[in-house]
Amino acid sequence: MARIIGGFFTSHVPAIGNAIAKKQQNEPYWKPFFDAFPPVREWIGREKPDVVVFFYNDHGLNFFLDKMPIFAVGAASDYVSEDEGWGIPTTSSFKGDPKLSWHIINSIVADGFDPVMCQEMTVDHAITNPMLLMYPDSNWPVRIVPIAINSIQHPLPGPKRCYDLGRAVGRAIESYGENLKVLVLGSGGLSHQLDGERAGFINKDFDQECMNAIAGDVSALNKYSALDVVEKAGAQGVELMCWIAARAAMLGRVKELRRSYHIPISNTASAVMLLSNESVEAAKAA
Amino acid sequence: MAQKREIAGTTVFDGEQAAKGYQLNKMCFSFNDPENRKKFLADQGAYFDKYKLTAEQRAALASGSVLKMIEAGGNAYYLAKLAGILGLGVQDIGAQQTGMSVEAFKQKLLDAGR
Repeated sequence: MARIIGGFFTSHVPAIGNAIAKKQQNEPYWKPFFDAFPPVREWIGREKPDVVVFFYNDHGLNFFLDKMPIFAVGAASDYVSEDEGWGIPTTSSFKGDPKLSWHIINSIVADGFDPVMCQEMTVDHAITNPMLLMYPDSNWPVRIVPIAINSIQHPLPGPKRCYDLGRAVGRAIESYGENLKVLVLGSGGLSHQLDGERAGFINKDFDQECMNAIAGDVSALNKYSALDVVEKAGAQGVELMCWIAARAAMLGRVKELRRSYHIPISNTASAVMLLSNESVEAAKAA
Repeated sequence: MAQKREIAGTTVFDGEQAAKGYQLNKMCFSFNDPENRKKFLADQGAYFDKYKLTAEQRAALASGSVLKMIEAGGNAYYLAKLAGILGLGVQDIGAQQTGMSVEAFKQKLLDAGR
């Protein structure tokens, strides 16, 4: 059976991709952020996931306002990184796992969700930056399943809905018949706002509350609405929903392995967390 | 009908804004293609015509004010592509919207970490 071995959560700010391209990882501005990753890579190198299930938000690359899905699941055999219009380098494409994608789709639809199903999806920095942070040599040893959560056009799905989605995806993965190690990934955040008179807004207290919830009981965030999150985390801080869904997919015994929080990178409070997940079955057997 | 929730300094990009800004955002979405970026730079007026921008959107773009572009229905994620063409980073845009110098805006972000 497939099992979720852990969860990796990271900011995906575009500037990260540019910093990697310019090899600025050791510059004073960037070092506090990039220092979070060697231990994460060490863990990933040891645990060797086969598939990464990404909860992420598209930034106007694959989806436009003509048809904007609340949730969309990729079921492609490969995903191409494309030009986003403002200069971030593209990467080599990513292999998909259509069979697992369709299993997840079938399972979550039976569970009451209505995702858009995508056999072609271009992917942006919300996928490429976390992949580069995990695998800096761009040799991707994993397949991916991207699950997009609308963060552009309101109404946005709120914490409770994203929590329920994550739970459903977690049940889908754990019921998949193949012997796979799956890493779930929450891409984005934490607090930031690019637009409006409140541009540059950062909320350290709320970020701490969120990281504590991710490490412990993520359902503690379900009391907030999507607009509460806009107010507390900033207009683009709603990427928190991707963290909530990914964390909610972890159904077993969860342990916090790493946490790093640094303000600012670009206009964002950056955060990185790594959690392990011991499936309930394995925990019982032990 | 329920009152809209007010969040200080923030325009919630809801259905009304999305409808208002559709043409502007559609133009910005086209900038994912490098050929379109070239066409835009070669003749901005013709490009605005092609995307049927409203008078308000044209005036906002001519003013260079990001706040006016948002008021005209622009969405941050799509406007970012236009900013890229104009060579503006997120700190430049943040400074402009908050009426600060770029240096002061960057300092404000650094201070948030203290």
